[in-house]
Amino acid sequence: MPTLASTNAVEIDGLGKRFGATVALENVSLAIPPGELFGFIGPDGAGKTTLFRILVTLILPDQGRATVLGRDVTTDVWDLRRRVGYMPGRFSLYPDLSVEENLRFFASVFGASVEEHYDLIAPIYEQLAPFKDRPAGALSGGMKQKLALCCALVHRPEILFLDEPTTGVDAVSRREFWELLDRLKASGLTIVVSTPYMDEANRCGRVALIQRGRILAIDTPTRIAESFGRPLFAVRAGKRYPLLLAVREYANAGTVFPFGDALHYTDRRDGLMPDAIASGLRDYLRGRGFADVEVKLTAPTIEDSFMARMGEPERAA
Amino acid sequence: MSAFAGLLRKEGLHILRDRRTLLVVIFMPILQVVLFGYAIRTDITDIRVAIVDPSPDASTLELRNRFSATNAFKLVRVLPNPTLLDHLFASGAIQEAVVLDGDFANRLARGLPVRILIIADASEPNSGSAMESYALGVIQGFERDVATRGGTVRIAAEARMRFNPTRASSNLFVPGLIAFVLTVVSALMTAISLTREKETGTMEILLVSPLKPFQIIVGKVLAYLVIGFLSVLFVVAEARLIFNVPLRGSLLLLLGEGLLYILTSLSLGILISSRTSSQRVAMIGALAGTMLPTILLSGFIFPLESMPWPLRVIANAIPAKWFVIIARGVMLKGVGLEYLWPQTLILLGMTVVLVAAATRSFRIRLA
Repeated sequence: MPTLASTNAVEIDGLGKRFGATVALENVSLAIPPGELFGFIGPDGAGKTTLFRILVTLILPDQGRATVLGRDVTTDVWDLRRRVGYMPGRFSLYPDLSVEENLRFFASVFGASVEEHYDLIAPIYEQLAPFKDRPAGALSGGMKQKLALCCALVHRPEILFLDEPTTGVDAVSRREFWELLDRLKASGLTIVVSTPYMDEANRCGRVALIQRGRILAIDTPTRIAESFGRPLFAVRAGKRYPLLLAVREYANAGTVFPFGDALHYTDRRDGLMPDAIASGLRDYLRGRGFADVEVKLTAPTIEDSFMARMGEPERAA
Repeated sequence: MSAFAGLLRKEGLHILRDRRTLLVVIFMPILQVVLFGYAIRTDITDIRVAIVDPSPDASTLELRNRFSATNAFKLVRVLPNPTLLDHLFASGAIQEAVVLDGDFANRLARGLPVRILIIADASEPNSGSAMESYALGVIQGFERDVATRGGTVRIAAEARMRFNPTRASSNLFVPGLIAFVLTVVSALMTAISLTREKETGTMEILLVSPLKPFQIIVGKVLAYLVIGFLSVLFVVAEARLIFNVPLRGSLLLLLGEGLLYILTSLSLGILISSRTSSQRVAMIGALAGTMLPTILLSGFIFPLESMPWPLRVIANAIPAKWFVIIARGVMLKGVGLEYLWPQTLILLGMTVVLVAAATRSFRIRLA
């Protein structure tokens, strides 16, 4: 559609939603251009699912407005429903129907057939084909998600919403799943995805960090990581938990988070040279009995950036 | 494949895959009819009866034999005079007594009116009147036989039970029972069908599809109609074979009306389903919404005629009431649509209203 090239695939303006006393979304505004692979990154309960459900016409917002493919999500419901592909966070296929029967059902619901759009789902379905007669409920986690993706794609949607597609899926399957998304993106499809895994953010063109219903930042993963703005140190020692406690007791400690097999540390003092901070911390920890301690300057990741931003509103309060 | 055909196919697969539920759904009505059929029969057998026969002869002997021949009665005593009766009633040795006049045979032979006194233990009024009419039935049979032999008989008492001359309660109950089991099973099937999708989360993707509420609802109802109709077939066969309920009218009409009634009940179930969010609530709703009203207000066990008017008005809203009239009409009276069209139209109207209400209350969004 030529008109869509000039408009955004998703436009959200001042969106708000509350459930009783709980604020699920607060003043969310953003725009996603067509063809982008856009990610919402945030912990459980951040409001990702609520936002996705509003965008796919499943719930009504309390405030603000949103358009998808130039259509209002509250009024153009039936028009939108034939154009979007949606994969809910919870496995939502029929466990008693086979792989093939699920796929055929979702194709028929849109008046389509599996064969008609087979080119689009072929790369995914080929991996599922050996299990096509197996009940969907008996598939492994990764296979379930691939089937769900197939079912969301089988009517050739103009935009795809995937709510936490890789939650509860093993690392290999997660990587495979993202490779599939890359191929879909290459075909020009707009994809909006959410995930609680920070390491998946780098797969997206742009990401929005979301926390307690608010958007903390929207940018490319690299720039979000770079926006960290303080020297960051990776601290390692043999005994990790005592190390964490010891570092937290250090008088100059700013933020301390476990990160992989290390601790990520920032100093609370401004304007010091990184070497000075590192040697100060190293001396302190050796004094606490961590003879094998190692303190190294490290490049901030998106997770560090997220953790730092998460802390901010609390500090302000 | 069109969206609707795809939906029907999917519902069909669900039904076939869940073998255990399928078996329960098909066999439950059959079992229920047998259980309830025997449990709620009010037929009384082995009534302990004493006959007072002051001057025995061939004709009084014949009457006595008639009492001992039916399994409704057990002739325990034959007495020459009624003096012992009070004692026998008080001790419970007899439940009923038939007292003949001393000149019974004499008057009968001369064609004069004959009097027979029937005394029944009415401490339990329902069985009292039942025993009374059983006895009357036996006497009337005797009367008819004597009359065909050319004698003139005048025995004053008369109570004629049309359509159910033997007063077999199964004739009365089984049509109602059919209504009862079909409603419960049908409403239950559809009541959990929508809520199951809500619980498993599949409703979420079903909603984000171009399927309209009306399609989803009608799709569910039609898929279960096939199973419901199987139940109709089994239950009707059972009524004939086990309970010997007559089928005086058209079998085709009865099956057609059964199908319509199933449709009404399925629609009631789907309405419950579209207004609830969990299978458990829907199940309780379907049971409460069908069982009690059907038992109490359909006229199936308790005659509507003896209820106060507010209950009679409410009963009009119970689909089972109309189906009971239809089923009794076709099975016992042998009448056809020319008499039963009002009830048929009412059931059709109820179905339309229920489906419309279910479609209206179907939420096109999540909570």
